[in-house]
Amino acid sequence: MSGPLLSVEDLHVTFRTEEGDVRAVDGVSFTLERGEVLAIVGESGSGKSATVMTLMGLTRSANAGFKGWARLDTGDGELDLVSATDEALRRVRGSRVAMIFQDPMTSLNPVYRVGDQIVEQIRAHERVSEAEAMDRVIQLLDRVGIPRARERVRAFPHEFSGGMRQRAMIAMALSCQPDVLIADEPTTALDVTIQAQILERIRELRESADAGVILVTHDLGVVAEIADRVAVMYAGQIIEQGTLDEIFYDPQHPYTWGLLGSIARVDRPRPGRLPAIGGMPPSLHDLRVGCRFRTRCPHEFAKCAESPPLEARAGGAGDHLDRCWLPPAEKAERREVGGQIGLGRKEPV
Amino acid sequence: MARFVLRRLAGMVFVLFAVSVLTFLIFNVIPNSDPAVRMAGRQASESTIEAIRAEWGFDKSLPEQYVTTMKKVFTGDLESQFTRLNVGEEIRKGIPRTLSLAVGAAIMWMVLALALGLFSAVRAGKFSDRFLTILALIGISMPVFWVGALMSHYLGFKLGLFPNGGYVEFAKDPLDWAYHLILPWTALSLLFIGFYSRVLRSNVLDTINEDYVRTARAKGLSERRVMVRHVLRNSLIPIVTLWGLDFGAVVGGGAILTETVFGIQGVGQYFGDGIAQLDVPPVLAVTMLIAFFIVLLNTIVDIAYAALDPRIRLQ
Repeated sequence: MSGPLLSVEDLHVTFRTEEGDVRAVDGVSFTLERGEVLAIVGESGSGKSATVMTLMGLTRSANAGFKGWARLDTGDGELDLVSATDEALRRVRGSRVAMIFQDPMTSLNPVYRVGDQIVEQIRAHERVSEAEAMDRVIQLLDRVGIPRARERVRAFPHEFSGGMRQRAMIAMALSCQPDVLIADEPTTALDVTIQAQILERIRELRESADAGVILVTHDLGVVAEIADRVAVMYAGQIIEQGTLDEIFYDPQHPYTWGLLGSIARVDRPRPGRLPAIGGMPPSLHDLRVGCRFRTRCPHEFAKCAESPPLEARAGGAGDHLDRCWLPPAEKAERREVGGQIGLGRKEPV
Repeated sequence: MARFVLRRLAGMVFVLFAVSVLTFLIFNVIPNSDPAVRMAGRQASESTIEAIRAEWGFDKSLPEQYVTTMKKVFTGDLESQFTRLNVGEEIRKGIPRTLSLAVGAAIMWMVLALALGLFSAVRAGKFSDRFLTILALIGISMPVFWVGALMSHYLGFKLGLFPNGGYVEFAKDPLDWAYHLILPWTALSLLFIGFYSRVLRSNVLDTINEDYVRTARAKGLSERRVMVRHVLRNSLIPIVTLWGLDFGAVVGGGAILTETVFGIQGVGQYFGDGIAQLDVPPVLAVTMLIAFFIVLLNTIVDIAYAALDPRIRLQ
């Protein structure tokens, strides 16, 4: 197959609420290749979770509206995850596209044994006996580093620690060898040592199974460690997208600068306080025309009143895209704050 | 588990002791008049009163009176002051009737509440849900003696669709047994159907938003399996607890009104008659039985709860 594994085009997700429509995802496009980790970063409410939940059909409800495509290469033809019937979607969920959630403490059903919950997924997609499926679950748990897996399959979720539960969730996600693994802040609720182990498992999957991984996170440290490409989301849109190096060493959008500038770094002198991006993201109820970051951006100028399309502006191979009107030369100058990248201060353009 | 049951049994002995002392005090001490005279009834001769006093030891100290009374309760030679019929014998006759009523009604209200509650939850906010809410409120608001009397009058007496009260033994004719019990079951169940379906509806709506239900969907399970194995299974835990407790309460006195309205002649009606006639021995015995039954069901409910929810440890 030559095309990408997953190709999302112009995805819109709107939720009807009592206060009006919320445009949670507003024209998101990206592709995912096999053997690649794509990180989607952004702050809470930027639409990153809504985007990936939509790929799993988990945002479907009477109050949700969808536009756009998410074409999945299923091996024999394409399936559009946005318009697929519930039954077609059910068949790929868990088998071709699997997901790990943010909170492992509540993501397993407390009344069933861990092993049985994974067996349930395998048997929802494959005609195998209970015993065969259980053997596979034992191997899977063993592989994700759960000691004495043969006994532990009979444990209930509350007998597992948070890290073990997340590993069980990963084992569950991997149980049908998915092509796409979506990890929605998989390490946010875990402590740092467990975090490293979980990331190691995700890395292994990418290398061994030829799968693509979408990693949703707001932790740039995790991104630096594992991602191949990065998409930065803000207010329902991707505002910058590129390879890991492009985003970290040549960021084009002031919002990305701000994100990078607000990381605590041990290799630099300690600042009095970490720089933060002032202000709040715009309300998704009534989005105005123009750059969505301009209300918080110190570099705002006249052009920002027009909506900037996501385009290659930085030069290079042409797949480093962003939504900032500033000329590239200006950007390189303005993002330098005290020897490192930061949002910078207000200067006339 | 074994230790838990043993401890519960020990606790049960204590509860029964406390209940027996309280019942004894309520009937024999609190009225503050000669219990022998009250027990003998109106226009009793001096010699009858004297005989009762000697029989129950009312001329001795309170602890001695208590012991005498308990002996009578547990050896089974308690007799009604009015009919002279053996109390244990009468209760034994009433138990199958009361259980027929209670078990049938408990199954009826659980099945219907499940169906209605689940339906309501799935269609939350729609017309059918609102309609069922109103029906449930009506069901909860109707007292059993009133709705029972109406049913009995219109469906039984006027239309002749159902027998006019009474009870037929199951062994004699199972169909006729059920036919006689349909109205009592319905009358007794209405309140519980209304109440349980509401509780289930809100439980289901809470559970549907749990993370593990999202996981279940993400696993690619069918919507039906998600609803039954993950949503319903977890929503049922509190309902089953409620069910056990209410069943105990119905057997232990909750069915008095229903039994009386439909003339079922079970333990409840026997109890009610005893209270109405101030007939101490039956009331004493049935009170003890009820206390025993409620403690027993509480224990069963706790064990069932631990079986349903593995996070609960019995200790």
